[in-house]
Amino acid sequence: MFSSNPFATVAAALPPAALQAYVILMFVLVVAGTLYDVWHKGSARYFFENWRRSRERAARALGGGELFSIALQTLLVDVLASGEFCNTRRRIAHLLTMYGFVIYVVSTAVLIFGYPTAQTPAPAALVQLWWLGALMVLAGGLWFWLFIRVDVLAEGHPRFRIVQADLFILSLLASVVLAVLWAAAGGGAGVLFSLYLLATAVLFGSVPWSKFAHMFFKPAAAFEKRVSQANGTRANLPAPADRPETFGSARELPNHY
Amino acid sequence: MPTFVYMTRCDGCGHCVDICPSDIMHIDTTYRRALNIEPNMCWECYSCVKACPQHAIDCRGYADFAPLGHSVRALREEAKGTISWRIRFRDGREKNFVSPIRTTPWGSIPGPAEYPAPRPEDYARPELAHEPEALKIEGGLPRLRPEQFRKGVV
Repeated sequence: MFSSNPFATVAAALPPAALQAYVILMFVLVVAGTLYDVWHKGSARYFFENWRRSRERAARALGGGELFSIALQTLLVDVLASGEFCNTRRRIAHLLTMYGFVIYVVSTAVLIFGYPTAQTPAPAALVQLWWLGALMVLAGGLWFWLFIRVDVLAEGHPRFRIVQADLFILSLLASVVLAVLWAAAGGGAGVLFSLYLLATAVLFGSVPWSKFAHMFFKPAAAFEKRVSQANGTRANLPAPADRPETFGSARELPNHY
Repeated sequence: MPTFVYMTRCDGCGHCVDICPSDIMHIDTTYRRALNIEPNMCWECYSCVKACPQHAIDCRGYADFAPLGHSVRALREEAKGTISWRIRFRDGREKNFVSPIRTTPWGSIPGPAEYPAPRPEDYARPELAHEPEALKIEGGLPRLRPEQFRKGVV
């Protein structure tokens, strides 16, 4: 089960080109949906306006080298390590889901385009990578949705109350659960496969209505935040207190009357 | 003026939902980010502004100390025990303040469970729990003597 390419079993019922066309369609949907989302919400315009204001008020101008260093820090800390999360459990769940999703999507594309039929057997390591990605998405996604979702923890809503914000995570979980069930059942082009394609289409087709596009505007916001720290504007926030022994709670024992 | 949330900064952790005394900070059902659902009911206590770990919540100050076009932002540093304020006026002037988060040492306030449980007769007393000891008033709360009352007033 963990070494045979499940997508090769579909070739008996569908030509490989059909599955490849489906993957291309999903890619186009993500690109188009993200561009629509950026235009509709005005997030790019907001980012550039903030950027311009930040530059106008900057206490000091940043050079190209500094900007490159900030971009690198944003990539390493905020994007690759999900450094913006203040809650450790959410950060771990996000890392599991994010890396699982990347591994799962990339290995799916390689399996479909590189090893489309039984005559082109896929390396066992690649298939195991697909399984690893899927299981990581399931671990991170189910942990998040069932146990550490803010709707339940802070708002106190029932665990299974579903709102539009769940569109992304639930369609992702549905897609991966159906993929895992379908692969565990031996593949083929049956009902499970149809449901898997449907859930995946919902996941990638619902980009304008889901929070899928956060993977583009969150790094931009993290970059802008780091730039504002470096150029002195700090988004108007005060500088860190420099003399806590004078101004902080530990300055002296209070005299209560 | 009520609080508002920078959606790109918010990571939906729910701290503001937990701390808001008016219960008006909630999680948006479309993007799972915080929002003020009832700005009319916000009394600008700045609890959520100080609690937000991402500094994603902002609040416009009152017009009597800072005319429109200003910015009032707070930075809470728990490890240092400080809250810093930066007020930037629309003409570019700035005022910066630092104040302690609290006036008693950390950990010096006992929790409710550390006090003795109230006795049955305590429920009939006019004082609240642990008064007057908690108010540091020796000899009990000051009371009016009956001759101090005027007829027709009380």
